[in-house]
Amino acid sequence: MAEMNMLQAVNEALSIAMQADERMVVFGEDVGHFGGVFRATSGLQEKFGRARCFNTPLTEQGIAGFANGLASNGMTAVAEIQFADYIFPAFDQIVNEAAKFRYRSGNEFNVGSLVFRTPYGGGIAGGHYHSQSPEAYFTQTPGLKVVVPRNPEQAKGLLLASIRDKNPVIFFEPKRLYRASVGEVPAGDYEIELGKAEVVREGKDITLVAWGAQMEILEKAAEMAAKEGISCEVIDLRTLAPWDIDTVADSVKKTGRLLINHEAPLTGGFAGEIAATIQQECFLYLESPISRVCGLDTPYPLIHEKEYMPDAFKTFEAIKASVTF
Amino acid sequence: MSKATLNTDTVHRVGFLDKASLHIPILRILQADGTTYETAVLPVIDETLATKIYDTCVFTRVLDERMLGAQRQGRISFYMTCTGEEAAIVGSVAALDQEDVILAQYREHAALRYRGFTTEQFMNQMFSNEKDLGKGRQMPIHYGSAALHYQTISSPLATQIPQATGVGYSLKMQGKRKVAVCYFGEGAASEGDFHAGLNMAAVLKCPVIFFCRNNGYAISTPTEEQFAGNGIASRGVGYGMHTIRVDGNDMLAVLAATQQARAYAIEHNAPVLIEAMTYRLGAHSSSDDPSGYRSKDEEAKWQQHDPVKRFKLWLINKGWLAEADDVKLHEKYREEVLAAVKVAEKIPVPMLDEIIEDVYDKPTPVLKKQLAELKEHIKKYPQAYPKSAGRL
Repeated sequence: MAEMNMLQAVNEALSIAMQADERMVVFGEDVGHFGGVFRATSGLQEKFGRARCFNTPLTEQGIAGFANGLASNGMTAVAEIQFADYIFPAFDQIVNEAAKFRYRSGNEFNVGSLVFRTPYGGGIAGGHYHSQSPEAYFTQTPGLKVVVPRNPEQAKGLLLASIRDKNPVIFFEPKRLYRASVGEVPAGDYEIELGKAEVVREGKDITLVAWGAQMEILEKAAEMAAKEGISCEVIDLRTLAPWDIDTVADSVKKTGRLLINHEAPLTGGFAGEIAATIQQECFLYLESPISRVCGLDTPYPLIHEKEYMPDAFKTFEAIKASVTF
Repeated sequence: MSKATLNTDTVHRVGFLDKASLHIPILRILQADGTTYETAVLPVIDETLATKIYDTCVFTRVLDERMLGAQRQGRISFYMTCTGEEAAIVGSVAALDQEDVILAQYREHAALRYRGFTTEQFMNQMFSNEKDLGKGRQMPIHYGSAALHYQTISSPLATQIPQATGVGYSLKMQGKRKVAVCYFGEGAASEGDFHAGLNMAAVLKCPVIFFCRNNGYAISTPTEEQFAGNGIASRGVGYGMHTIRVDGNDMLAVLAATQQARAYAIEHNAPVLIEAMTYRLGAHSSSDDPSGYRSKDEEAKWQQHDPVKRFKLWLINKGWLAEADDVKLHEKYREEVLAAVKVAEKIPVPMLDEIIEDVYDKPTPVLKKQLAELKEHIKKYPQAYPKSAGRL
């Protein structure tokens, strides 16, 4: 075990994976000698050479297309999209190509050994274009896996699992936690299974679900609620596609209430999918309407960032509303 | 400091470059009468290779003619022909190694045939039957074969271009001394993926042959409404890439250019752009009618430049083909294609269970649940789902 921040954990996972798999290459804008704008790939070029860790020209669609080509021909491709806000030029290559490569060819070809790492989320005064949480655009695409870690330990284990998974994965890294989240991380090589949620706090009155940076918001809200005598069960979904319905449904059957929190705008967000599924699975167990505490349906604002965010206070209020319904 | 800022080649009066600043000749080896230009340097070709090339052209033409007919009869839903562009496709694939990886656009089935895709395999794909390698999931002509190093076609245009760059990089990393070969049209070259793919290939030094079929039209849009520059070739030079423009209806010119492009790409770990000037003699697809956007006169003019006829005359001049054998060859393939149609259309469609396979490496619990629910529903209304109701 060693104490490190999330960037160091990501860096360590990449290094371990590259050491173990000589077919693996890491690339993207500024990821070479410079080590990426957040330094997630720091030192990798020095350790593994320019052929395996390198800068690309400034073209997200090119990076994604290139990644598909590499992965289709026996390589393990780990591409960085510098900000999730800039993933949209690569949307076609991810949604129409990576996601369908195996299906459309009848498994003649696949790009399973492919990960797109990308920092997402707000809270860093990044305005419209350094703050978005575009996960729901990808969760509706069969063939993709979508993974979001909440802390350094999770980041390392989930990233190693994503790199070795036989399906293309979009790995959203909560950039507001890159340096803010520090914790004990196991040494060496370990994986955290994809598609499994984790109950991080047990409770009996209401189930709270989130992922990534919003997990610390849920923890704070759960603490506030505990002082009012409300017992919250907190679940980190970790993988959004395919998501762990059973863990959430089992919890809701126990608590009878569900709150989902995400940074992305409310409308069309992944909370809607969770809510619809859980009301189907747990209809007769529900004691109040499923609550969604999410970003506003606006572009991500700069100066009103705090107001936009689904923070602990909004979450606390929604918890109280749910248990007193 | 960036190297670019160290350029000391300066002038002191304003002067602009234009598209004529770059002179791009067209390589032509074969004349209309089937003789070669006196000063021409021929590609490496012997009777065996020449015969295989011609055989592939004849098969492709017969296949196109018959399957367009089959589409008109309602036996398949969709078709696209290669007619008029056979020299561009077959001349280039014939210069490759069997293990060079092909990433095609969609109109390059002649290349797949050259590599050994059987008549039955073509039919199984077009009829979406259970023997289709693609498991009946894509429209007709979206072929692919791992064994033949021919990546499965996807409908979105130009997506294969940056992918070819990635494949080229992987071949270099693997030390295979093979190239990736990427086919696309001049219309697809307007997509962002074209720029991304070529620029990355040049910067990252990837052994890729980018082969542009400049066939005059993107569906109905003529080249003058597609770009204002000096064709596609001028862009290759801009990317710092070896580039050549060839007569795409000249089998020997295409073969010669591609042979040398391949040697260069492998020797230097570098991409090459080939712009083949040709003409799409047929419609864009079975859903298109060119009479709405081009004249019969124009088509007739290009019929005079039929690439297969030109190559045939060369073969006859060489004594490698006799007219009587040519007639027999056409007849053989007409019968073969017709017979294969009759077999393929009777082969059942893939089992419904295949619908959830290959989305992921293993079907997820949700997919299994959806399949089970779907089967129960089909059992209730079998008449509404005739393709699968009988064999759940």
